[in-house]
Amino acid sequence: MDGAGHLPSLAPPSPSNNRVVSFSANRGKATEMGEFDFTVWGPSLPFIRDGLLFTLRLTLIAMTGGIVLGTLLALARLSPFKPLSLVAGAYVDTMRSIPLVMVILWFFLVIPFLTGTPVGAETSAIITFTAFEAAFYCEIMRSGIQSVPRGQVWAAQALGLTQAQTMIHVVLPQALRNMLPVLLTQTIVLFQDTSLVYAIGAKDLLKAADVVGKNYNRPVEMIVLSALIYFAICFSLSLAVRQLQKRVAIVR
Amino acid sequence: MIEIRNLAKAYGSTTVLKGCSTTVAKGEVVVVCGPSGSGKSTLIKCVNGLEPFQGGSITVDGISVGDPKTDLPRLRARVGMVFQHFELFPHMSVRKNLALAQMRVLGRSAEEADARGLKLLDRVGLAAHADKHPAQLSGGQQQRVAIARALAMDPVCMLFDEPTSALDPEMIGEVLDVMIELAREGMTMMVVTHEMGFARQVAQRILFMDQGEIVEDAPAGDFFAAPKSQRAQLFLSRILHH
Repeated sequence: MDGAGHLPSLAPPSPSNNRVVSFSANRGKATEMGEFDFTVWGPSLPFIRDGLLFTLRLTLIAMTGGIVLGTLLALARLSPFKPLSLVAGAYVDTMRSIPLVMVILWFFLVIPFLTGTPVGAETSAIITFTAFEAAFYCEIMRSGIQSVPRGQVWAAQALGLTQAQTMIHVVLPQALRNMLPVLLTQTIVLFQDTSLVYAIGAKDLLKAADVVGKNYNRPVEMIVLSALIYFAICFSLSLAVRQLQKRVAIVR
Repeated sequence: MIEIRNLAKAYGSTTVLKGCSTTVAKGEVVVVCGPSGSGKSTLIKCVNGLEPFQGGSITVDGISVGDPKTDLPRLRARVGMVFQHFELFPHMSVRKNLALAQMRVLGRSAEEADARGLKLLDRVGLAAHADKHPAQLSGGQQQRVAIARALAMDPVCMLFDEPTSALDPEMIGEVLDVMIELAREGMTMMVVTHEMGFARQVAQRILFMDQGEIVEDAPAGDFFAAPKSQRAQLFLSRILHH
C-alpha cells in the first residue's frame, strides 16, 4: 500500500531499455513535452495494481458494510416505533444532502481532532464510505422490502413465524433478489466514487496513477491509464447487471 | 373451537365489522359468503390475528386472540390458513416452502419436516413436484401446495380465504376436491367462498355477511332452502341463477 514511498528508487524509463514497449512515434529518443509517451505504463503497473487492489477492497468492504448497515437502517425506517424511524430517516437525509467528498474530508480531519488519535487515510476512507453508502443502500432496501406483497407477510405469520423470522426468511431474501440489479448499479457508482479518497491522500487507483505520473513527469498518460481501467471495470459490470436484469425479469 | 363475540373493527372512521358473533364447533365446516366488501375476508383474518380488531373478542381453542399477552405466533402455528393468492414463498422450492415453518416454529429436524412435507404433498397429489419452484406450477397446483403447507403444521382448524377466487375455472375442482376430503376427515374449517356447490356439499352452517354484519347464521340446508333475510335471497338469486 505504500506505493509512493518506494518511488524514489525507481529510475525513469531508460531509452536503452528495449523491453519497454513504446507507443510513441519517436521510439528510443528522449521524448519532449507535448508528446505522449506511454512507455511509462510498464513500470507503473506494480503501483497501479496496488492502487487498484485498495480501490477494489474499499468498494467491497463499503458495499458489504453498506448493504448490511443499509438494511438495518431500512428496517429502522420502516419500524412502527416512531423515534427509531425518525432517527434513521434523519441519518439518511443528512448523508444524502452532503457531497461525499466533504464527508470524506470532515471525517478524516475531525475525528483525529476529537479523539486525539490520528486515523489513517485508508481506515478513514473505509469507515466514511460504509457510513455514506449505507444511506443509499438503505433507500434501495426500503423499496425492496416494500415491493414484497403484504400477502407474503400474512402467509409467513399465519404459519407462526415471528416478525423477525418473517423478515429473515421471507421478506429480505425476496427484497434482495428484487433489488439485486439496483444494488449492483449503486455498487458501480460506489466503485467510481472511491476515486474521491484522492482528497485525503489514500493510495487508491487514481492516487497511484497520479504519483507515478508526477514521478515520471507523465501525468496525462497515467490519468489515461487509470481512466481506461475504471472504464473497463465499470463497463463490464454494467453489462453483467444488464444480463442479470433480464434473468430476474424472467424469474418473476 | 372458534368463538367470535361482538367483533368490531374500523379503519379510521370506516366501519368494517360490527357486532359479529358466531361459533365454530370442533369438526364443523362453516362457509362464510356475501357480496364483496362485506367484511368476510377481514373477519377470517381477525380469527388468527392477522388483522387487529378494536371491539369484542375471539377465542380459538380457548385462547384469546385479542389479549396482548397471547403469544400470537404460537397460536397461529396451530391455525392453518390458505389465501386467495396462494402466497407460496417464490424464492424457495416447494419442499422448502413446506419445511420452513415446521423447522423454525415447531422445531422439527430437517429430515422430519421433509418427510412430513412429502407425505402431505403426496396427499394433494403433488409429490412429483417437490423440487420445483412455485412459479413452475399452475395456480391449482400452487393452491394445493399451500393447503399442504398449512396442514404440515398439524393445525387444529383451517381458515380458507377465497381459496378458488384467483383460479382458472378448470382448476377450481382440484382444489375443492382436496378441501372436501379434508372436511370429510373431520377438520374444523371456516371457509370464505362463493362456491355454493362446495357449501351445499360439505358445510354444516352458512354465515351470510353484508356491510360488516353477519346477517344470517343458519344450517346449510335451511339457508339454501329458504334464506330468511331479503339481502341473502337477493345474493343467492344473483349467484345461483346465471
